Amino acid sequence: MSPEQDIPLWLALGVSILALLGAFLTLLGTIGLVRLQSFYQRIHAPTLGTSYGTASIVIASILFFSYVETRPVLHEVLIGIFITATTPVTLMLLGRAALYRDRAEGKDPVLPADEQADAVFPITSSRPHRQ
Amino acid sequence: MRRLFPYPLLIVAIALAWLFLAGFSLGQLLLGTAVALLAAQGLAALRPAKPRLRRWDFIPRLVGIVLLDIARSNIAVARVILSGEREKLRSGFVSIPLQLRDPVGLAVLATIVTSTPGTAWIDYSDRGGILLLHVFDLVDEDDWVELIKNRYENLLLEIFE
Repeated sequence: MSPEQDIPLWLALGVSILALLGAFLTLLGTIGLVRLQSFYQRIHAPTLGTSYGTASIVIASILFFSYVETRPVLHEVLIGIFITATTPVTLMLLGRAALYRDRAEGKDPVLPADEQADAVFPITSSRPHRQ
Repeated sequence: MRRLFPYPLLIVAIALAWLFLAGFSLGQLLLGTAVALLAAQGLAALRPAKPRLRRWDFIPRLVGIVLLDIARSNIAVARVILSGEREKLRSGFVSIPLQLRDPVGLAVLATIVTSTPGTAWIDYSDRGGILLLHVFDLVDEDDWVELIKNRYENLLLEIFE
């Protein structure tokens, strides 16, 4: 009998719900990436997958394998840590590249950050960006 | 001691990660610690700014707040994508003047902001300390300035400065 058939119902339910939730959030993130209107909106969507999408799948994996191997299996936590620590790097790189390109093309979606730095406190200047 | 163990937290973290991946045993503990010591020497050669944590006790509170906010933001963004109200969606940029100057504190803030689906860190100006944020569902700019400053920055200031 394989270990998959041995697990109790409550664990099977919990693991399934978490795994499906994680998969659903990640899928939703990719749908958003395709369907949203502008670049700056699109970079928000995949974050669904890199935040609680990853977290749900990681927790499901920890629960399942800890039970099956009857010892705490925690190395999945590292996946979560690495994803959380590396996402800002690529996201900021993409965001700044997009901003640089938009400004170079003369269609600045915001006032330049340096001009704002010289303005009076408090500064809350923004307008909906173009597509 | 300082020269041998330049980054004690980092050494412990790498050794622990090694044990998680390779399994817990005395041999792996020795091997993992050796790797961690080498890695710490490598980092020391780069001479990064050493983070100084002043208030450890505020870290659990910050983690709790952030986990809650990420959950809320996940629901909010998922709802917008599902509901198909993409045309009515008003996204926009918010400039936030930050008091926080500590590089590690700023890195933590960047991680928080980018881990939250509704917000994206776009630019930061060193000169004025202005953070440029892109907000997915922007209703009121002042709300977001307040949120970042009161909910995260104050705690980060306590922890790092």
